[in-house]
Amino acid sequence: MDAQHLNLIYLMVAAALATFATRFGGYVLITQLKRIPPRLEAALNAVPAAVLTTLVAPAFVYGGFDVAAAMLVAFAIGLRFSTLRMLLVGWVVVMVIRHAIL
Amino acid sequence: MNRDDFRAGLRGGFPVMLSASPFGALFGALAVDNGFSVADAVFMSATVYAGASQMVGIELFGNNVQPWLVVLSVFAVNFRHVLYSASIAKHIRHYTLVQKLLAFFLLVDPQYAESERRAERGLPVTFSWYLGFGLVIYFPWILNTLIGALFGQLIGDPKAIGLDVLLPIYFLGLVLGFRKRDRFLPVVATSAVASVAAMHFVGSPWHVSIGALAGILLAAVLPPEHRLRQEHAPVEKEA
Repeated sequence: MDAQHLNLIYLMVAAALATFATRFGGYVLITQLKRIPPRLEAALNAVPAAVLTTLVAPAFVYGGFDVAAAMLVAFAIGLRFSTLRMLLVGWVVVMVIRHAIL
Repeated sequence: MNRDDFRAGLRGGFPVMLSASPFGALFGALAVDNGFSVADAVFMSATVYAGASQMVGIELFGNNVQPWLVVLSVFAVNFRHVLYSASIAKHIRHYTLVQKLLAFFLLVDPQYAESERRAERGLPVTFSWYLGFGLVIYFPWILNTLIGALFGQLIGDPKAIGLDVLLPIYFLGLVLGFRKRDRFLPVVATSAVASVAAMHFVGSPWHVSIGALAGILLAAVLPPEHRLRQEHAPVEKEA
């Protein structure tokens, strides 16, 4: 096993522990902590959307016309329907652009 | 163990398992596409067992993002589980320590939601029921990852079959899932602009930390939109 692959294993174990910490942490907190400061709570609340947006926006801007078009259509679908439908429709859009139009 | 409760759990978890299956397979295929071996993909599904954060993990790892940031991101995406484990505590107080540890390991979104619903209807959240519900989702999740990973290895060019567009759309869906939260629009707009600018001026993978930090700082500084505390904690959808 090379060093990079070993690092991946460590990384996955750390990710598993981090996940378990969230699933166990609330139980521990509820028996210890009285309250979380409002600004900290606001920051924590914003974490997932902030992180995930950084994975979406650059793909939209730098991913090329086909990817941007698929993401726009998927966005419209996602306001009403499930993630699975977003994926399906977005995939159809990108395949049509790549194989039928371009 | 109560066999009837265990079977009721299996029945309850079955539709959840079905709807999560495509995401398990998708994770397997994308993990291989991002440089994971089949065994790595299966290992991650078996140990992390949290769809959205697994996707985030493979995406960041594929971009050679610093390890601490990958782990932090996984933690961030799963942070809502802190609320789950806090609010489920009263229903599982009677579990033994080992049963509790197992229960927390299996505490994905639908597991939490169904446990709360069961308690609300006045039914006891027995360990037998909980385990049945959890295992009928957990083992197929791993199996579907394996299937997706094996299938993904057969694919030559992921772009030719449109695989590359699925991850950004998946993340877009996750972002939309948080749209009811306080300060959603300003946070997303700030992180979007900051990450695009960082990608341009600094380069990947720094766009992730810079963009995320910008949105988080803004949320901490902005006054709250409305005062709906604690009880809002919605059950967000996750694969």
